[in-house]
Amino acid sequence: MEAIEVRNLRKTYGSKVAVEDVSFTVEQGEIFGVLGPNGAGKTTTVETIAGLRVADGGRVRVLGRDPADPELRELVGVQLQDSALPDKLRVGEALSLYAAFYRDPADAGELIAQLGLEKVRDSAFGKLSGGERQRLSIALALIGRPKIAILDELTTGLDPSARRATWALIEDIRSRGVTILLVTHFMEEAERLCDRVAVIDRGRVVALDSPGALGTLREQRLRFRPSAPVEDAVLLSLEDVSSVRREGELIVVSGGPAVVQNVAAALARDGIVAEGLRVEQANLEDAFVELTSYRPEGDTWAGSADVVEAGIASRARGAF
Amino acid sequence: MPALLKTETKLLLREPLLLFWGVLFPLVLLTVMGLAGDKPDPDLGGLTLVQTYVPVLIAFTFTILGVSALPTALATYRERGVLKRLATTPVRPSRLLGAQMTTSAAMAAATAVLILLLARVAFGVPLPREAPAFLVAVVLAAAALLGIGLLIAALAPRARIAGAIGTMLFFPLMFFAGLWAPRATMGATLRGIGDYTPLGAAVQALQDATAGVWPSAGQLLVMAAYAVVCAFLATRLFRWQ
Repeated sequence: MEAIEVRNLRKTYGSKVAVEDVSFTVEQGEIFGVLGPNGAGKTTTVETIAGLRVADGGRVRVLGRDPADPELRELVGVQLQDSALPDKLRVGEALSLYAAFYRDPADAGELIAQLGLEKVRDSAFGKLSGGERQRLSIALALIGRPKIAILDELTTGLDPSARRATWALIEDIRSRGVTILLVTHFMEEAERLCDRVAVIDRGRVVALDSPGALGTLREQRLRFRPSAPVEDAVLLSLEDVSSVRREGELIVVSGGPAVVQNVAAALARDGIVAEGLRVEQANLEDAFVELTSYRPEGDTWAGSADVVEAGIASRARGAF
Repeated sequence: MPALLKTETKLLLREPLLLFWGVLFPLVLLTVMGLAGDKPDPDLGGLTLVQTYVPVLIAFTFTILGVSALPTALATYRERGVLKRLATTPVRPSRLLGAQMTTSAAMAAATAVLILLLARVAFGVPLPREAPAFLVAVVLAAAALLGIGLLIAALAPRARIAGAIGTMLFFPLMFFAGLWAPRATMGATLRGIGDYTPLGAAVQALQDATAGVWPSAGQLLVMAAYAVVCAFLATRLFRWQ
Protein backbone atom coordinates (compact mmCIF):
# COMPACT_ATOMS: atom_id res chain seq x y z
CA MET A 1 0.00 0.00 0.00
CA GLU A 2 1.27 3.46 -0.86
CA ALA A 3 1.54 5.98 1.94
CA ILE A 4 -0.11 8.66 -0.18
CA GLU A 5 -1.90 8.37 -3.47
CA VAL A 6 -3.03 11.43 -5.40
CA ARG A 7 -4.86 10.90 -8.69
CA ASN A 8 -5.96 13.79 -10.91
CA LEU A 9 -6.50 16.07 -7.94
CA ARG A 10 -8.42 19.21 -8.79
CA LYS A 11 -9.30 22.08 -6.48
CA THR A 12 -10.83 25.43 -7.30
CA TYR A 13 -11.69 28.44 -5.20
CA GLY A 14 -14.57 30.09 -7.01
CA SER A 15 -13.33 30.74 -10.52
CA LYS A 16 -9.69 30.44 -9.50
CA VAL A 17 -8.15 27.07 -10.23
CA ALA A 18 -5.63 26.30 -7.48
CA VAL A 19 -4.88 22.74 -8.57
CA GLU A 20 -5.62 21.73 -12.13
CA ASP A 21 -4.48 18.12 -12.32
CA VAL A 22 -1.96 16.67 -9.87
CA SER A 23 -1.07 12.99 -9.59
CA PHE A 24 1.68 11.26 -7.64
CA THR A 25 2.17 8.46 -5.19
CA VAL A 26 4.42 8.42 -2.16
CA GLU A 27 5.79 5.07 -1.05
CA GLN A 28 6.04 4.19 2.62
CA GLY A 29 9.33 5.25 4.16
CA GLU A 30 10.06 7.69 1.38
CA ILE A 31 10.96 11.36 1.64
CA PHE A 32 8.94 12.89 -1.14
CA GLY A 33 9.39 16.53 -2.10
CA VAL A 34 6.85 18.87 -3.60
CA LEU A 35 8.56 21.74 -5.37
CA GLY A 36 7.10 24.66 -7.21
CA PRO A 37 6.96 28.43 -7.48
CA ASN A 38 4.66 30.47 -5.23
CA GLY A 39 1.03 29.98 -6.15
CA ALA A 40 1.72 26.73 -8.00
CA GLY A 41 -0.78 24.83 -5.88
CA LYS A 42 1.64 23.11 -3.49
CA THR A 43 -0.02 24.14 -0.26
CA THR A 44 -3.52 23.40 -1.55
CA THR A 45 -2.36 19.93 -2.58
CA VAL A 46 -0.79 19.28 0.79
CA GLU A 47 -3.76 20.65 2.75
CA THR A 48 -6.05 18.36 0.78
CA ILE A 49 -3.87 15.40 1.71
CA ALA A 50 -3.94 16.57 5.34
CA GLY A 51 -7.75 16.52 5.26
CA LEU A 52 -8.09 20.27 5.70
CA ARG A 53 -9.65 20.80 2.28
CA VAL A 54 -11.99 18.69 0.22
CA ALA A 55 -10.95 17.96 -3.36
CA ASP A 56 -13.26 19.08 -6.16
CA GLY A 57 -12.12 16.25 -8.36
CA GLY A 58 -9.83 13.26 -8.45
CA ARG A 59 -8.94 10.84 -5.73
CA VAL A 60 -6.72 11.18 -2.68
CA ARG A 61 -5.87 8.28 -0.38
CA VAL A 62 -3.66 8.43 2.68
CA LEU A 63 -2.59 5.02 4.02
CA GLY A 64 -5.46 3.67 1.94
CA ARG A 65 -8.02 5.89 3.65
CA ASP A 66 -10.03 8.92 2.69
CA PRO A 67 -8.23 12.06 3.97
CA ALA A 68 -11.32 12.93 6.04
CA ASP A 69 -11.04 9.68 8.04
CA PRO A 70 -10.65 10.72 11.70
CA GLU A 71 -8.29 7.80 12.35
CA LEU A 72 -5.74 9.50 10.07
CA ARG A 73 -5.38 12.35 12.56
CA GLU A 74 -3.53 9.86 14.79
CA LEU A 75 -1.32 8.70 11.93
CA VAL A 76 -0.44 11.92 10.13
CA GLY A 77 1.56 14.75 11.71
CA VAL A 78 1.28 18.11 10.03
CA GLN A 79 3.41 21.21 10.09
CA LEU A 80 1.53 24.02 8.39
CA GLN A 81 3.03 27.08 6.82
CA ASP A 82 0.79 29.61 8.53
CA SER A 83 -0.34 27.95 11.72
CA ALA A 84 0.35 29.43 15.10
CA LEU A 85 -0.33 28.97 18.76
CA PRO A 86 -1.77 31.38 21.31
CA ASP A 87 0.86 34.03 22.08
CA LYS A 88 0.95 33.31 25.80
CA LEU A 89 1.27 29.55 25.51
CA ARG A 90 4.79 28.39 26.46
CA VAL A 91 6.88 25.95 24.45
CA GLY A 92 6.80 23.17 27.04
CA GLU A 93 3.07 23.66 27.59
CA ALA A 94 2.37 23.51 23.87
CA LEU A 95 4.17 20.21 23.55
CA SER A 96 2.48 18.73 26.64
CA LEU A 97 -0.90 19.89 25.34
CA TYR A 98 -0.36 18.37 21.90
CA ALA A 99 1.06 15.20 23.44
CA ALA A 100 -2.24 14.82 25.32
CA PHE A 101 -4.12 14.73 22.00
CA TYR A 102 -2.53 11.44 20.89
CA ARG A 103 -2.87 7.85 22.06
CA ASP A 104 0.87 7.13 22.04
CA PRO A 105 2.79 10.39 22.02
CA ALA A 106 6.55 10.83 21.69
CA ASP A 107 8.54 12.10 24.64
CA ALA A 108 8.18 15.89 24.71
CA GLY A 109 11.50 16.38 26.50
CA GLU A 110 13.33 14.37 23.87
CA LEU A 111 11.81 16.38 21.01
CA ILE A 112 12.65 19.62 22.81
CA ALA A 113 16.27 18.49 23.01
CA GLN A 114 16.40 17.24 19.42
CA LEU A 115 15.10 20.53 18.10
CA GLY A 116 17.29 22.66 20.35
CA LEU A 117 14.38 24.21 22.21
CA GLU A 118 15.65 23.68 25.78
CA LYS A 119 16.51 27.34 26.26
CA VAL A 120 13.04 28.50 25.30
CA ARG A 121 11.06 25.73 27.02
CA ASP A 122 9.46 28.29 29.36
CA SER A 123 9.16 31.08 26.81
CA ALA A 124 5.80 32.16 25.48
CA PHE A 125 5.10 31.45 21.80
CA GLY A 126 4.66 35.19 21.16
CA LYS A 127 8.23 35.85 22.28
CA LEU A 128 9.88 33.23 20.07
CA SER A 129 11.98 34.07 17.04
CA GLY A 130 10.89 32.88 13.62
CA GLY A 131 13.34 30.00 13.72
CA GLU A 132 12.23 28.92 17.19
CA ARG A 133 8.60 28.96 16.13
CA GLN A 134 9.47 26.87 13.13
CA ARG A 135 11.30 24.31 15.25
CA LEU A 136 8.40 24.15 17.71
CA SER A 137 6.05 23.65 14.81
CA ILE A 138 8.17 20.71 13.59
CA ALA A 139 8.20 19.25 17.09
CA LEU A 140 4.40 19.50 17.26
CA ALA A 141 4.13 17.69 13.92
CA LEU A 142 6.17 14.82 15.34
CA ILE A 143 4.74 14.61 18.87
CA GLY A 144 2.07 12.07 17.93
CA ARG A 145 4.61 9.56 16.51
CA PRO A 146 3.05 9.85 13.06
CA LYS A 147 3.41 7.30 10.26
CA ILE A 148 3.40 10.19 7.81
CA ALA A 149 4.75 13.66 8.48
CA ILE A 150 3.62 16.47 6.22
CA LEU A 151 6.00 19.37 6.47
CA ASP A 152 5.18 22.59 4.63
CA GLU A 153 8.17 24.93 4.21
CA LEU A 154 10.18 22.95 6.73
CA THR A 155 13.21 25.19 7.10
CA THR A 156 11.89 28.57 6.02
CA GLY A 157 13.11 31.12 8.55
CA LEU A 158 15.88 28.91 9.92
CA ASP A 159 19.51 29.93 9.87
CA PRO A 160 21.92 27.63 8.01
CA SER A 161 23.08 25.68 11.04
CA ALA A 162 19.53 25.16 12.33
CA ARG A 163 18.56 24.13 8.82
CA ARG A 164 21.24 21.46 8.72
CA ALA A 165 20.29 20.23 12.19
CA THR A 166 16.68 19.98 11.03
CA TRP A 167 17.70 18.00 7.96
CA ALA A 168 19.58 15.56 10.18
CA LEU A 169 16.49 15.22 12.34
CA ILE A 170 14.31 14.51 9.30
CA GLU A 171 16.71 11.83 8.11
CA ASP A 172 16.68 10.35 11.59
CA ILE A 173 12.88 10.27 11.62
CA ARG A 174 12.80 8.65 8.21
CA SER A 175 15.21 5.98 9.41
CA ARG A 176 12.50 5.02 11.90
CA GLY A 177 10.20 4.29 8.97
CA VAL A 178 8.22 7.52 8.88
CA THR A 179 7.09 8.67 5.44
CA ILE A 180 7.76 12.33 4.86
CA LEU A 181 6.00 14.67 2.46
CA LEU A 182 8.05 17.81 2.22
CA VAL A 183 6.97 21.05 0.58
CA THR A 184 9.93 23.25 -0.11
CA HIS A 185 11.37 25.88 -2.33
CA PHE A 186 14.95 25.22 -1.27
CA MET A 187 16.61 23.15 -4.00
CA GLU A 188 19.47 22.25 -1.71
CA GLU A 189 16.99 20.85 0.78
CA ALA A 190 15.23 18.78 -1.87
CA GLU A 191 18.56 17.49 -3.24
CA ARG A 192 19.82 16.60 0.18
CA LEU A 193 16.68 15.00 1.63
CA CYS A 194 14.26 13.84 -1.02
CA ASP A 195 14.19 10.43 -2.68
CA ARG A 196 11.90 11.82 -5.32
CA VAL A 197 10.42 15.21 -6.07
CA ALA A 198 7.34 16.35 -7.93
CA VAL A 199 7.72 19.76 -9.55
CA ILE A 200 4.34 21.49 -9.61
CA ASP A 201 3.63 24.54 -11.71
CA ARG A 202 0.28 26.19 -12.37
CA GLY A 203 -1.59 23.39 -10.72
CA ARG A 204 0.04 20.57 -12.68
CA VAL A 205 2.93 18.17 -12.14
CA VAL A 206 5.58 19.12 -14.72
CA ALA A 207 8.25 16.66 -13.58
CA LEU A 208 8.53 13.76 -11.19
CA ASP A 209 11.81 11.98 -10.54
CA SER A 210 14.75 11.79 -8.17
CA PRO A 211 16.47 15.14 -7.69
CA GLY A 212 19.63 13.77 -9.31
CA ALA A 213 17.82 12.51 -12.37
CA LEU A 214 15.99 15.79 -12.79
CA GLY A 215 19.32 17.59 -12.67
CA THR A 216 21.35 15.34 -14.96
CA LEU A 217 18.67 15.23 -17.61
CA ARG A 218 19.84 18.72 -18.28
CA GLU A 219 22.95 19.73 -20.10
CA GLN A 220 26.53 20.07 -19.01
CA ARG A 221 28.67 23.12 -19.56
CA LEU A 222 32.40 23.64 -19.98
CA ARG A 223 34.02 26.94 -19.32
CA PHE A 224 37.68 27.51 -20.17
CA ARG A 225 40.32 29.91 -21.50
CA PRO A 226 42.04 28.43 -24.61
CA SER A 227 45.83 28.82 -24.82
CA ALA A 228 45.41 29.54 -28.56
CA PRO A 229 42.44 30.85 -30.61
CA VAL A 230 39.73 28.30 -31.32
CA GLU A 231 37.03 28.63 -33.98
CA ASP A 232 33.43 28.28 -32.76
CA ALA A 233 32.68 26.21 -35.85
CA VAL A 234 35.26 23.62 -34.83
CA LEU A 235 33.60 23.15 -31.47
CA LEU A 236 30.07 23.23 -32.87
CA SER A 237 30.97 20.41 -35.27
CA LEU A 238 31.70 18.10 -32.35
CA GLU A 239 29.20 15.48 -31.30
CA ASP A 240 26.92 16.41 -28.37
CA VAL A 241 27.82 20.11 -28.51
CA SER A 242 24.72 22.26 -28.67
CA SER A 243 26.04 25.80 -28.21
CA VAL A 244 29.23 27.84 -27.95
CA ARG A 245 29.37 31.25 -26.32
CA ARG A 246 32.16 33.74 -25.60
CA GLU A 247 32.52 35.47 -22.25
CA GLY A 248 35.49 37.75 -22.83
CA GLU A 249 38.39 35.41 -23.32
CA LEU A 250 36.44 32.49 -21.87
CA ILE A 251 34.63 29.99 -24.05
CA VAL A 252 31.46 28.34 -22.75
CA VAL A 253 30.49 25.12 -24.49
CA SER A 254 27.17 23.48 -23.63
CA GLY A 255 25.84 20.11 -24.65
CA GLY A 256 24.94 16.57 -23.74
CA PRO A 257 26.72 13.94 -21.66
CA ALA A 258 29.71 13.49 -24.08
CA VAL A 259 30.50 17.19 -24.38
CA VAL A 260 33.38 17.19 -21.88
CA GLN A 261 35.17 14.24 -23.43
CA ASN A 262 34.70 15.44 -27.03
CA VAL A 263 35.83 19.00 -26.42
CA ALA A 264 38.85 17.86 -24.40
CA ALA A 265 39.87 15.45 -27.18
CA ALA A 266 39.46 18.09 -29.93
CA LEU A 267 41.55 20.61 -28.02
CA ALA A 268 44.27 18.05 -27.30
CA ARG A 269 44.37 17.14 -31.00
CA ASP A 270 45.18 20.78 -31.87
CA GLY A 271 47.66 21.13 -29.03
CA ILE A 272 45.50 23.69 -27.27
CA VAL A 273 45.42 23.77 -23.49
CA ALA A 274 42.13 24.55 -21.78
CA GLU A 275 43.20 26.82 -18.95
CA GLY A 276 41.02 27.24 -15.88
CA LEU A 277 38.68 24.57 -17.14
CA ARG A 278 35.48 24.21 -15.19
CA VAL A 279 32.69 21.74 -15.80
CA GLU A 280 29.26 22.68 -14.63
CA GLN A 281 26.42 20.29 -14.45
CA ALA A 282 22.91 21.59 -14.37
CA ASN A 283 21.46 20.80 -10.95
CA LEU A 284 17.95 20.58 -9.60
CA GLU A 285 17.75 24.32 -9.41
CA ASP A 286 18.47 24.67 -13.13
CA ALA A 287 15.95 21.97 -13.86
CA PHE A 288 13.43 23.75 -11.69
CA VAL A 289 13.94 27.07 -13.43
CA GLU A 290 13.66 25.42 -16.81
CA LEU A 291 10.59 23.45 -15.89
CA THR A 292 8.68 26.29 -14.39
CA SER A 293 9.65 29.25 -16.61
CA TYR A 294 6.74 29.71 -18.86
CA ARG A 295 7.06 31.50 -22.18
CA PRO A 296 3.93 33.56 -22.58
CA GLU A 297 4.04 33.68 -26.40
CA GLY A 298 4.34 29.97 -26.99
CA ASP A 299 3.05 26.80 -25.49
CA THR A 300 6.49 25.37 -24.81
CA TRP A 301 8.45 25.29 -21.62
CA ALA A 302 11.53 27.45 -21.78
CA GLY A 303 14.44 25.10 -21.88
CA SER A 304 17.36 26.88 -23.42
CA ALA A 305 20.68 27.25 -21.73
CA ASP A 306 20.37 31.02 -22.11
CA VAL A 307 17.35 31.10 -19.87
CA VAL A 308 19.17 29.09 -17.26
CA GLU A 309 22.21 31.32 -17.58
CA ALA A 310 20.16 34.48 -17.30
CA GLY A 311 18.02 33.14 -14.51
CA ILE A 312 20.19 31.59 -11.90
CA ALA A 313 23.87 30.86 -12.06
CA SER A 314 24.34 27.18 -11.63
CA ARG A 315 26.70 25.91 -9.03
CA ALA A 316 29.81 24.23 -10.29
CA ARG A 317 29.73 20.53 -9.60
CA GLY A 318 33.23 19.77 -10.63
CA ALA A 319 36.28 21.74 -11.60
CA PHE A 320 39.54 20.56 -13.00
CA MET B 1 -10.57 17.21 27.08
CA PRO B 2 -8.97 18.11 30.41
CA ALA B 3 -5.65 19.14 28.81
CA LEU B 4 -7.33 21.83 26.71
CA LEU B 5 -9.34 23.04 29.68
CA LYS B 6 -6.20 23.29 31.81
CA THR B 7 -4.37 25.17 29.07
CA GLU B 8 -7.25 27.56 28.42
CA THR B 9 -7.51 28.29 32.15
CA LYS B 10 -3.81 29.12 32.30
CA LEU B 11 -4.11 31.34 29.25
CA LEU B 12 -7.13 33.14 30.71
CA LEU B 13 -5.24 33.84 33.92
CA ARG B 14 -2.39 35.34 31.84
CA GLU B 15 -4.62 38.13 30.55
CA PRO B 16 -4.14 40.93 33.10
CA LEU B 17 -6.42 43.36 31.25
CA LEU B 18 -9.22 40.84 31.21
CA LEU B 19 -8.76 40.05 34.91
CA PHE B 20 -8.83 43.77 35.68
CA TRP B 21 -11.96 44.65 33.69
CA GLY B 22 -13.77 41.37 34.16
CA VAL B 23 -13.11 40.70 37.85
CA LEU B 24 -11.37 43.49 39.72
CA PHE B 25 -13.14 46.52 38.26
CA PRO B 26 -16.70 45.39 39.13
CA LEU B 27 -15.57 44.63 42.69
CA VAL B 28 -13.94 48.04 43.02
CA LEU B 29 -17.00 49.73 41.58
CA LEU B 30 -19.19 47.84 44.04
CA THR B 31 -17.00 49.02 46.92
CA VAL B 32 -17.21 52.62 45.74
CA MET B 33 -21.02 52.38 45.47
CA GLY B 34 -21.18 50.81 48.89
CA LEU B 35 -19.11 53.54 50.48
CA ALA B 36 -21.06 56.28 48.69
CA GLY B 37 -24.28 55.64 50.59
CA ASP B 38 -26.14 52.90 52.34
CA LYS B 39 -29.52 54.62 52.79
CA PRO B 40 -32.51 53.28 50.88
CA ASP B 41 -33.29 55.75 48.11
CA PRO B 42 -36.91 56.31 47.07
CA ASP B 43 -35.66 57.22 43.58
CA LEU B 44 -34.19 53.71 43.36
CA GLY B 45 -37.43 52.04 44.35
CA GLY B 46 -36.43 52.02 47.99
CA LEU B 47 -33.17 50.16 47.40
CA THR B 48 -29.70 51.31 48.37
CA LEU B 49 -27.27 52.30 45.61
CA VAL B 50 -25.18 49.21 46.13
CA GLN B 51 -28.27 46.99 46.04
CA THR B 52 -29.26 48.51 42.73
CA TYR B 53 -25.85 47.90 41.29
CA VAL B 54 -25.28 44.27 42.29
CA PRO B 55 -27.17 42.86 39.26
CA VAL B 56 -25.76 45.58 37.00
CA LEU B 57 -22.20 44.64 37.93
CA ILE B 58 -22.91 40.95 37.41
CA ALA B 59 -24.18 41.90 33.95
CA PHE B 60 -21.03 43.98 33.46
CA THR B 61 -18.72 41.03 34.16
CA PHE B 62 -20.74 38.77 31.89
CA THR B 63 -20.61 41.31 29.10
CA ILE B 64 -16.86 41.86 29.35
CA LEU B 65 -16.24 38.12 29.23
CA GLY B 66 -18.91 37.06 26.76
CA VAL B 67 -19.21 39.90 24.31
CA SER B 68 -15.71 41.37 24.38
CA ALA B 69 -13.12 38.76 25.47
CA LEU B 70 -14.60 35.55 24.07
CA PRO B 71 -15.21 36.64 20.45
CA THR B 72 -11.81 38.34 20.30
CA ALA B 73 -10.10 35.19 21.54
CA LEU B 74 -11.96 32.95 19.12
CA ALA B 75 -11.41 35.24 16.15
CA THR B 76 -7.72 35.42 17.05
CA TYR B 77 -7.52 31.63 17.17
CA ARG B 78 -9.07 31.44 13.73
CA GLU B 79 -7.00 34.28 12.27
CA ARG B 80 -3.75 32.86 13.59
CA GLY B 81 -4.41 29.35 12.34
CA VAL B 82 -4.75 27.85 15.82
CA LEU B 83 -8.05 26.20 14.90
CA LYS B 84 -6.67 25.01 11.57
CA ARG B 85 -3.66 23.45 13.24
CA LEU B 86 -5.91 21.73 15.75
CA ALA B 87 -8.00 20.32 12.89
CA THR B 88 -5.00 18.17 11.89
CA THR B 89 -4.86 16.50 15.34
CA PRO B 90 -7.23 13.89 16.80
CA VAL B 91 -8.88 16.69 18.78
CA ARG B 92 -11.65 18.56 16.97
CA PRO B 93 -11.38 22.38 17.01
CA SER B 94 -14.90 22.51 18.48
CA ARG B 95 -13.34 21.21 21.70
CA LEU B 96 -11.26 24.37 21.90
CA LEU B 97 -14.43 26.44 21.57
CA GLY B 98 -15.96 24.35 24.31
CA ALA B 99 -12.93 24.83 26.55
CA GLN B 100 -12.98 28.59 25.93
CA MET B 101 -16.65 28.86 26.78
CA THR B 102 -16.25 26.70 29.87
CA THR B 103 -13.38 28.74 31.30
CA SER B 104 -15.15 32.04 30.51
CA ALA B 105 -18.35 30.78 32.12
CA ALA B 106 -16.46 29.56 35.17
CA MET B 107 -14.74 32.92 35.56
CA ALA B 108 -18.07 34.74 35.13
CA ALA B 109 -19.72 32.52 37.73
CA ALA B 110 -16.87 32.96 40.18
CA THR B 111 -16.97 36.75 39.80
CA ALA B 112 -20.75 36.80 40.25
CA VAL B 113 -20.35 34.89 43.51
CA LEU B 114 -17.62 37.31 44.63
CA ILE B 115 -19.88 40.27 43.88
CA LEU B 116 -22.76 38.76 45.87
CA LEU B 117 -20.49 37.88 48.79
CA LEU B 118 -18.74 41.24 48.90
CA ALA B 119 -22.10 43.03 48.82
CA ARG B 120 -23.41 40.79 51.57
CA VAL B 121 -20.38 40.87 53.85
CA ALA B 122 -19.18 44.45 53.41
CA PHE B 123 -22.47 46.29 52.82
CA GLY B 124 -25.16 44.02 54.22
CA VAL B 125 -26.96 43.50 50.95
CA PRO B 126 -29.22 40.49 51.43
CA LEU B 127 -28.54 37.46 49.23
CA PRO B 128 -31.21 36.75 46.59
CA ARG B 129 -34.38 35.65 48.32
CA GLU B 130 -35.61 33.53 45.41
CA ALA B 131 -32.36 31.69 44.78
CA PRO B 132 -33.60 29.27 42.07
CA ALA B 133 -35.09 32.18 40.12
CA PHE B 134 -31.83 34.09 40.50
CA LEU B 135 -29.91 31.10 39.19
CA VAL B 136 -32.24 30.74 36.21
CA ALA B 137 -31.88 34.43 35.39
CA VAL B 138 -28.07 34.26 35.71
CA VAL B 139 -27.83 31.23 33.44
CA LEU B 140 -30.12 32.77 30.82
CA ALA B 141 -28.24 36.07 30.93
CA ALA B 142 -24.93 34.24 30.48
CA ALA B 143 -26.37 32.18 27.63
CA ALA B 144 -27.68 35.29 25.86
CA LEU B 145 -24.32 37.05 26.10
CA LEU B 146 -22.44 33.91 25.09
CA GLY B 147 -24.72 33.63 22.05
CA ILE B 148 -24.01 37.22 21.11
CA GLY B 149 -20.29 36.64 21.62
CA LEU B 150 -20.29 33.56 19.40
CA LEU B 151 -22.23 35.40 16.73
CA ILE B 152 -19.63 38.19 16.76
CA ALA B 153 -16.86 35.59 16.44
CA ALA B 154 -18.71 34.03 13.51
CA LEU B 155 -19.32 37.32 11.71
CA ALA B 156 -16.05 39.20 12.30
CA PRO B 157 -13.53 38.56 9.55
CA ARG B 158 -10.62 39.52 11.79
CA ALA B 159 -9.86 39.59 15.51
CA ARG B 160 -9.60 43.39 15.56
CA ILE B 161 -13.05 43.70 14.07
CA ALA B 162 -14.43 41.23 16.61
CA GLY B 163 -12.95 43.40 19.35
CA ALA B 164 -14.44 46.54 17.80
CA ILE B 165 -17.92 45.02 17.47
CA GLY B 166 -17.74 43.81 21.07
CA THR B 167 -16.82 47.27 22.31
CA MET B 168 -19.52 48.90 20.20
CA LEU B 169 -22.16 46.57 21.62
CA PHE B 170 -20.88 46.97 25.16
CA PHE B 171 -22.17 50.53 25.53
CA PRO B 172 -25.82 50.09 24.49
CA LEU B 173 -25.99 46.76 26.34
CA MET B 174 -24.68 48.29 29.54
CA PHE B 175 -26.74 51.45 29.08
CA PHE B 176 -29.98 49.45 29.16
CA ALA B 177 -28.63 47.39 32.04
CA GLY B 178 -28.46 50.67 33.95
CA LEU B 179 -24.74 51.11 34.39
CA TRP B 180 -24.84 54.86 33.88
CA ALA B 181 -28.38 55.51 35.07
CA PRO B 182 -30.13 52.75 37.06
CA ARG B 183 -33.27 51.37 35.43
CA ALA B 184 -35.37 52.78 38.26
CA THR B 185 -34.42 56.29 37.18
CA MET B 186 -35.18 55.70 33.50
CA GLY B 187 -38.42 56.93 31.94
CA ALA B 188 -41.11 54.41 31.14
CA THR B 189 -40.35 54.43 27.40
CA LEU B 190 -36.64 53.91 27.85
CA ARG B 191 -37.21 51.14 30.34
CA GLY B 192 -39.75 49.60 27.96
CA ILE B 193 -37.16 49.50 25.22
CA GLY B 194 -34.62 48.14 27.67
CA ASP B 195 -36.92 45.24 28.51
CA TYR B 196 -36.28 43.91 25.02
CA THR B 197 -32.49 44.09 25.32
CA PRO B 198 -30.70 41.12 26.86
CA LEU B 199 -29.27 43.03 29.79
CA GLY B 200 -32.34 45.17 30.42
CA ALA B 201 -34.25 41.93 30.83
CA ALA B 202 -31.41 40.32 32.79
CA VAL B 203 -31.03 43.09 35.36
CA GLN B 204 -34.80 43.30 35.92
CA ALA B 205 -35.00 39.52 36.34
CA LEU B 206 -32.07 39.50 38.78
CA GLN B 207 -33.63 42.36 40.77
CA ASP B 208 -36.96 40.56 40.95
CA ALA B 209 -35.34 37.32 42.09
CA THR B 210 -33.31 39.23 44.68
CA ALA B 211 -36.50 40.81 45.99
CA GLY B 212 -38.06 37.37 46.24
CA VAL B 213 -40.39 37.21 43.26
CA TRP B 214 -40.06 35.12 40.15
CA PRO B 215 -39.15 37.25 37.12
CA SER B 216 -41.83 37.65 34.47
CA ALA B 217 -41.87 35.06 31.73
CA GLY B 218 -41.34 37.88 29.25
CA GLN B 219 -37.91 38.77 30.65
CA LEU B 220 -36.80 35.17 30.74
CA LEU B 221 -38.08 34.64 27.20
CA VAL B 222 -36.23 37.71 25.91
CA MET B 223 -32.95 36.32 27.23
CA ALA B 224 -33.67 32.80 25.98
CA ALA B 225 -34.56 34.17 22.54
CA TYR B 226 -31.27 36.06 22.27
CA ALA B 227 -29.39 32.95 23.34
CA VAL B 228 -31.13 30.58 20.93
CA VAL B 229 -31.23 32.84 17.88
CA CYS B 230 -27.63 34.04 18.23
CA ALA B 231 -26.24 30.58 18.94
CA PHE B 232 -28.17 29.15 15.99
CA LEU B 233 -26.87 31.84 13.63
CA ALA B 234 -23.34 31.48 15.02
CA THR B 235 -23.21 27.72 14.41
CA ARG B 236 -24.51 28.31 10.88
CA LEU B 237 -22.06 31.11 10.10
CA PHE B 238 -18.92 30.13 11.98
CA ARG B 239 -15.88 29.54 9.79
CA TRP B 240 -13.02 27.45 11.07
CA GLN B 241 -10.38 28.95 8.79
